[in-house]
Amino acid sequence: MKLNDEEQDILAGKAGPVPQEALKHQIQVGDFFGAADFVPVTQAHIMADTESLGEAGVKWLESLASTREGRRRVRIPTITDPRGTDFAKAAFLGQTKAMLTLEERAIAAFVKLGVMMTDTCINYQTVQPATRNEHVAYGDTGVVIYSNSVCGARSNFEGGPSALAAGITGRTPRYGYHLPAQRRATVRVRVDATPKSLNEWGALGGVIGRLAGNYWAVPVIEGIEGAPGSDQLKHFGAAMASFGSTALFHLVGLTPEASRYSDVADDGMPAHRIGRADFEALQQSYRKEDKIDVVVFSAPQLSLLELRDLAGLCEGRRLTVPLLAITSPQIKPDCDRMGYTRAIEEAGGSVLSGMCFYQSYAREISEAKGWKRLATNSAKLVNILGGYGYVPMLASMEACVDAAQNGRLA
Amino acid sequence: MNATSSPKIFVARHAMGRTVRGPAMVADDGFSARYDLDRIAGVFSRPAHKLAGRSYVGQVLVLDTAKGGVASAWMLHEMAARGVIPLAIVFNTVNPILAQGAAFGDLPMLAGFEVDITAAIADGAQVEVNPGARTVTVLG
Repeated sequence: MKLNDEEQDILAGKAGPVPQEALKHQIQVGDFFGAADFVPVTQAHIMADTESLGEAGVKWLESLASTREGRRRVRIPTITDPRGTDFAKAAFLGQTKAMLTLEERAIAAFVKLGVMMTDTCINYQTVQPATRNEHVAYGDTGVVIYSNSVCGARSNFEGGPSALAAGITGRTPRYGYHLPAQRRATVRVRVDATPKSLNEWGALGGVIGRLAGNYWAVPVIEGIEGAPGSDQLKHFGAAMASFGSTALFHLVGLTPEASRYSDVADDGMPAHRIGRADFEALQQSYRKEDKIDVVVFSAPQLSLLELRDLAGLCEGRRLTVPLLAITSPQIKPDCDRMGYTRAIEEAGGSVLSGMCFYQSYAREISEAKGWKRLATNSAKLVNILGGYGYVPMLASMEACVDAAQNGRLA
Repeated sequence: MNATSSPKIFVARHAMGRTVRGPAMVADDGFSARYDLDRIAGVFSRPAHKLAGRSYVGQVLVLDTAKGGVASAWMLHEMAARGVIPLAIVFNTVNPILAQGAAFGDLPMLAGFEVDITAAIADGAQVEVNPGARTVTVLG
């Protein structure tokens, strides 16, 4: 990689060992992908729940945070993805003291590094969305695909160590979706039916993600009717990224880089047709049981509008199985203030914040609580939780709340 | 197929790490540390995965593509610290997360071949992964 004078100084250790190690890591990744140079970034977003870090990752963070020589703090706004717990609800989740201690240690280290503990995977709805052509270094695949596709920003998937490195150096290797050529569509999809509910948007995203199949594939999608909202595109993108490792899609006439098909794609690409039967089939493929043990709304964290809908559905009900609604620390105070938390919790549900279900020791929660059969309206969540020993089932928010009341998914 | 004279040597476009030798565990399927693995037991745990139930410890995983979320970037490092980790990973296509995770976790990795590498190498074959030469060699 070509390094400018400042980067050569960082590599030589003139800014201290922390920026030096960060840049070395970035060069290793940049060389792997053939990056020509670095690109400055304006924000970084770190996925770093302690289930992923483990003791080894937390010790590594602590070693950075305790470095006294040179500069150790991030130099651009650097925010965090959900943590591994909501401390106020940890006992309810059956989380252990050891888990919470590890979380506390990680948080303390991040704070010493100058990281803003926003604990959200919906920063584009809560903190500050990236803008068109803004180069950023975001973690969380749902954040990246939304920012790239809906906002027109430029980011690769940045895992925790790489996002932290970007926060510390203020740059990232210029490869992948930082390059205009990489943003051209490679897969053409014609949708014959526009989803209605959030679970359908997620299911359609999952079908397209499976079709796209890998990180470097960019779907261009035609046929969506109307103007989908932020929550709809949130579930659509998060599922596409989850099922396909997809980082960018274009909706013709809707997303900023694709006013017309020809803006992002070459003529002559064969179109894959996807209809309602396809995304309904994906949803049905997860329907293994009738009885459920728990209902979870999470992945991504819920917006204030989703919580409003959920509160309306819970009003006056008596739920018989646990229902978890998980949101961000930015949304939770409004959820409380507007009475949505009260409506959900008076029915027997729980509103949690600052975590996300699958990033919070989901396997251990399953064992501690006896939760196995799980209903959700998140296609992303059903894709993930099979590996954690759950039988996850995908249904509408309305059907999930009914299931929480009746114990069965209709 | 490959740029060398031997039909049992395959050249990758992307490479990092040190040279290792070991048994290949091959599947036309993806890889995500979070979605697919029981990282404590060291086995593939997602029921739909083609390697479900098999231990990946000490294996050279030969898989189609990197899948899923960003957690793998941390998890490979954590798996390495406990010694419950594959010996190397060889992909047809890789995403940034697995490459970043390999760099952070010191895991040899190759990606990008002119053949479908999951069809070219037999499950159980002994292989050498040499990132310096950007090659994976079938030894027998």
